[in-house]
Amino acid sequence: MSESKTMMERISESTRSLTTGVDSRDVEHWVTIYIMGRGYEVPADLTIMTAMEFAGYKLIRSCGCRQGFCGACATVFRREGQYKLESALACQTRVEDGMYLVQIPFSPAEAAYYDIESESYDYSVFSKHYPEVARCVSCNTCTKACPQDLEVMDYIQSAIKGDFESLAEQSFDCIQCGLCALRCPAEIVHYNVGHLGRRMFGRYGSPEPEHLKTRLAEMERGEFSSALDALVGASTKKLKELYAARVRESDE
Amino acid sequence: MSEVKYIGGYPEHMRQSIEIVNRSRAKRKDAVPAAMSAEQRQETLQVHPDYAPGGKRELKIGPNKGDPVPVPVADLLESYPLIDKTDVDLSVADHEVDVMIIGGGLAGTAAALLAQDRGVEREKILLINKLRHGDCNSIMAEGGTQAADRPIDPPDRHFLDTIGGGHYANKPDVVRALVEDAPLVMHWLEELGVVFDKRDNGDYVENWGGGTSARRMHSCRDYTGLEEFRVLRDEFRARRIPSIEHSPAIELTTDASGRVTGAVLYNLETGAYHVVSAKATVLATGGFGRLHIRGFPTTNHYGATADGLVLAYRAGAKLRDADTVQYHPTGAAYPVQIVGFLLTEKLRSAGAQPINKDGEAFVFPLEPRDVEASAIIRECYVRENGITTPSGLRGVWLDTPLIDAIHGEGYIERAFPAMKRMYARFDIDITVDPVLIFPTLHYQNGGVETDPDGATNIEGLWVAGEVSGGVHGKNRLMGNSTLGTMVFGRRAGMAAAEYVRSATGGQRTFQHVESFVNALEGAGVAPERRAPMLLPEYRGKAALARMIDVW
Ligand SMILES: Cc1cc2nc3c(=O)[nH]c(=O)nc-3n(C[C@H](O)[C@H](O)[C@H](O)COP(=O)(O)OP(=O)(O)OC[C@H]3O[C@@H](n4cnc5c(N)ncnc54)[C@H](O)[C@@H]3O)c2cc1C
Ligand code: SF4
Ligand code: SF4
Ligand code: FES
Repeated sequence: MSESKTMMERISESTRSLTTGVDSRDVEHWVTIYIMGRGYEVPADLTIMTAMEFAGYKLIRSCGCRQGFCGACATVFRREGQYKLESALACQTRVEDGMYLVQIPFSPAEAAYYDIESESYDYSVFSKHYPEVARCVSCNTCTKACPQDLEVMDYIQSAIKGDFESLAEQSFDCIQCGLCALRCPAEIVHYNVGHLGRRMFGRYGSPEPEHLKTRLAEMERGEFSSALDALVGASTKKLKELYAARVRESDE
Repeated sequence: MSEVKYIGGYPEHMRQSIEIVNRSRAKRKDAVPAAMSAEQRQETLQVHPDYAPGGKRELKIGPNKGDPVPVPVADLLESYPLIDKTDVDLSVADHEVDVMIIGGGLAGTAAALLAQDRGVEREKILLINKLRHGDCNSIMAEGGTQAADRPIDPPDRHFLDTIGGGHYANKPDVVRALVEDAPLVMHWLEELGVVFDKRDNGDYVENWGGGTSARRMHSCRDYTGLEEFRVLRDEFRARRIPSIEHSPAIELTTDASGRVTGAVLYNLETGAYHVVSAKATVLATGGFGRLHIRGFPTTNHYGATADGLVLAYRAGAKLRDADTVQYHPTGAAYPVQIVGFLLTEKLRSAGAQPINKDGEAFVFPLEPRDVEASAIIRECYVRENGITTPSGLRGVWLDTPLIDAIHGEGYIERAFPAMKRMYARFDIDITVDPVLIFPTLHYQNGGVETDPDGATNIEGLWVAGEVSGGVHGKNRLMGNSTLGTMVFGRRAGMAAAEYVRSATGGQRTFQHVESFVNALEGAGVAPERRAPMLLPEYRGKAALARMIDVW
């Protein structure tokens, strides 16, 4: 018994700096980063996000999922001695010595108000809600800014062509971080365009499977009611028997 | 210290073990270990963090007095409030609404949409968010959503899988609602324009999940939650339903009869409070991964701090199954920047196997999560067959290249873009090399007890999503959570809409808080402990030691 207790303690020892904040005594390698211009020495193996926390920031903005899915932590940075502005997700990027960085907590863009039931499934849905897509000058700045490495310009071109399927495919992994829109000279809000297009594709271009419709009709007719009634009323003993007797669907 | 040499993202000593894994792959491809018997499962579970000794204590006060819960949860439930009635003026409401929803994940957003569908005017709905509308666990769901919708898979099969997986502790009538509404939820998402993975013939691609007896996992690449959530949020915004961001609810208000009548919000940036008056409240605040129970890293979003449990418990809500916690078998264990991050179960559905340092497959890849996680812990800490990382963590391999070996080259790229991208950022190519894994704190199995419509034992309070308890029993199956958030978010939204037709607004008081404080004092709880937590503390120890408060 006491063995597994020490085991739990050993596990929590090994993750302490991750779960309670970093203790400088545990750190071997350091780098200097500049948060909004001010220099801080931080452990070399932290992400931009955890390095800011190490430096003493309690994050209220620019931090959501902490795992690369929500787009809250858009960050713009420049490396010492370089002119180029780069962009990254703070939760997914390791700090580098001499990084000058700032977080962009919010992009003041507006999303269209629309009712998906009454939109037409062709290019006009874009010209109606996001007419600025037509102003794209094909400079590819958006693509270079994307921390998900999406072909952002290409999906805008797909929108212009009214090609919903390609648009959905190309923009699917967008986490709506806003970095593309902030850099676009044509002031296109790519992620909103992509989203409108994907929803249109989901609604009109990728129909509901027949087997789902069949199931809905069966449910409507109450076909499974008695089987479910029986399960809800069953004893645990009976449920255990039924559970053990399940036959796993074959892999074919 | 001399710099370590890295090859393809891994230091040399890990690389050596990888070579062994690469060599044993062909042999393992068709020789998957058998699933455990019920007895073997029981034995394996002994090392599970829930069952290993220590880690829990009994609650001293409240509706669940005497029930054991994880210590960090007990500490929060038995905490003093952040404010009392002298801090705020409850008599003036800044917002007067019919339905207030606290927490905008899938559950809360679904509740708002359905409340409006069922007749509540949009201005009479208010969605409260701690951070942005979208900083939530929902957006991170990778693997999929269960729904029994193929001829071979009747809903009673889904019922059995769920209740057996939950160790028969689930509430049967609530499970029934889950499986019965599942096809309906899929239909709803189709109508709203969610793009699911489909076959050429238009059928869904449906995958295995741990503990399921049929393929019923619907996915959107490995961005399932992102796609489902952003569509619901877009619909919410397109309908212009009001919402507030960066302003967590820090206390509920009740009237003399104990009915929930509103909440106090706290603007994280200005420090100002807001009072909301609501005829009905839907609590959808999600889970508690950020409590790092038993010191585990977590997959959860930044704000997963059990606020909803704290608020509801003070108001007298009854909890159930709050003693069990889900540790996901496959959290990242290397590199240190992503420790605890989720590697979706779908990887194992697609054929990836857990492998020890000697290149051996030691467990059936799709045991229920608690069993699978225990087997991995045992392999690392009892059998000593794990690999130790430079930062001192242990883990075993998840053999991702096996997926392409089974399904053909390019499959990982198409089906797991998020996973591939996450590792590529740290120079690791998951199509070529395996990745190191260790269980990570993932999901709050239990929570506030509800009926099949999300109603609680307290008038005026509905609960939906991860903060609720009952539907998953003592262990949730993959894909049942995103499903549950929408099934019960929708039901709670509808039930609240029905309720406000005849309900009137109530007085707003902190009576329930005052009696709770009395009980705390009676139980001798020291006044330092305060909750809700709102956000975890990750600031560096050196920086904290020098912090002073001047205004
Ligand atoms: C990485 C990951 C992968 C997952 N993969 C899957 C999967 O493949 N399939 C599956 O079924 N499930 C999966 N899950 C589980 C599932 O995603 C969640 O359990 C579910 O989405 C929870 O939804 P929710 O709406 O209840 O809570 P959340 O989505 O977490 O939303 C709760 C919201 O409430 C807010 N909130 C909290 N406290 C307050 C407060 N005091 N005031 C105001 N707002 C507050 C939070 O900030 C948050 O925005 C996964 C979870 C994670 C973390
Ligand atoms: S397309 Fe734009 S909003 Fe989407 S992830 Fe890329 S940069 Fe961010
Ligand atoms: S940045 Fe703007 S103008 Fe340039 S390619 Fe992208 S969408 Fe077109
Ligand atoms: S915090 Fe969500 S993407 Fe970085």
